[in-house]
Amino acid sequence: MRHDHLISAKQLSRGDIEAVLDRAAEIADDPGAVADARDGALLGLCFFEPSTRTKMSFDTAMKRLGGDTIDMGSVDSSSVKKGESLADTARVIEGYVDAMVLRHPSEGSAKLASEFVDVPIINAGDGAGQHPTQTLLDLYTIRENAGFDDLTVGIMGDLKYGRTVHSLAHALTNFDASQHFISPESLRLPRSVRYDLHEAGAQVREHTEIEDVLETLDVLYVTRIQRERFPDENEYRQVAGEYRIDAELLERAKEDLTVMHPLPRVDEIAPDVDETTHATYFEQAHNGVPVRMALLDEML
Amino acid sequence: MTDTDTELRVSKIENGTVIDHIAGGQALNVLAILGIDGASGEEVSVGMNVPSDRLGRKDIVKVEGRELSQNEVDVLSLIAPAATINIVRDFDVVEKHRVSRPTEVSGVLSCPNANCISTGDEPVESRFEVLDDGVRCAYCDTIIRESLAAHISVA
Ligand SMILES: [Zn+2]
Repeated sequence: MRHDHLISAKQLSRGDIEAVLDRAAEIADDPGAVADARDGALLGLCFFEPSTRTKMSFDTAMKRLGGDTIDMGSVDSSSVKKGESLADTARVIEGYVDAMVLRHPSEGSAKLASEFVDVPIINAGDGAGQHPTQTLLDLYTIRENAGFDDLTVGIMGDLKYGRTVHSLAHALTNFDASQHFISPESLRLPRSVRYDLHEAGAQVREHTEIEDVLETLDVLYVTRIQRERFPDENEYRQVAGEYRIDAELLERAKEDLTVMHPLPRVDEIAPDVDETTHATYFEQAHNGVPVRMALLDEML
Repeated sequence: MTDTDTELRVSKIENGTVIDHIAGGQALNVLAILGIDGASGEEVSVGMNVPSDRLGRKDIVKVEGRELSQNEVDVLSLIAPAATINIVRDFDVVEKHRVSRPTEVSGVLSCPNANCISTGDEPVESRFEVLDDGVRCAYCDTIIRESLAAHISVA
């Protein structure tokens, strides 16, 4: 990849994406071949909010490349708690590591950190902003299961605050994909994402009912609607119930529909979907390791 | 009534800047952008909602003893895209130009997204990319289209 930092999926061209996915496929086929590829390299895991899975996935990827990781620990016990700025924290950790993975609750945090350090910054989620490495593993999963040509993708759930959605929507503009966004009115895509999709000339449709588009979809990407987005528990219950996928509903879908979810799920995908051929979310989670190995191998 | 007549309603200045053709009602926001609140003693004349051939109604701001920097003019363009800037020396207009929109403005607007890293305690100025019909935070991508003046952060 030509970039020093990976901040947003907007940076990624189709060529960048395919290079990482091709490398990830090679690594998945023969992980032993890269067991020493990044021997001696050190990756800083800077997680300002908890995320066991993403952190473990990067940790695993780096160690499988023969490198190592250091972990800043939980925010409660670090100097961040004492009010140190992100810019200062990043500049200190820069001196220890060859690259930094950053997860932070504020939008724009990875961009800001990248202005203060020279080692590569990898954005592992900045508030409701972006989550580009999740997108790379999502795209890997889509390519494996549905291919990239003439693709109809439905993205459903919390589209307003869902950073995985924002990144995926940007990245899909590189491909021959029509995108359908399904959400409650109050959780529609933010203006900035719609602006970029429009600028990219993407085919975008917005819906409030999954039934309106289910039958046309090749991929259905489901995200969690968070309870804390709603002032009132009843309102949440009502909305959440309408955006729940189960095996019965999926009987109306294409036979080869791929159902994805960045996980963790709560109840937006019923357990009976797990038994269907549509369920791809666990495979999707596993793809995180070879994809992140490929990315680290390129960036470090 | 011509624009020249209406200009006479506010006093002539000897040296300084006349900002003319500001959209009606925006004069106070222009002063805010320039950091003028009267407290530091600048001599300022303001005409609000005066008739204009070009705009119907317009505001005029005259600032004695101060020539605007390009950066200030750039920012003015966001809320007063039709404004003309007249630099006055010895009661004569020595330079007259339209504002033009910059590609970026720094340190002038504050991001309306309370969760944006640029609004926290970090050693950076706010930074906005200027779009055709608004501005966009360089950190969190938030787009502001309406009432830009409400987001002006200079005192
Ligand atoms: Zn912002």
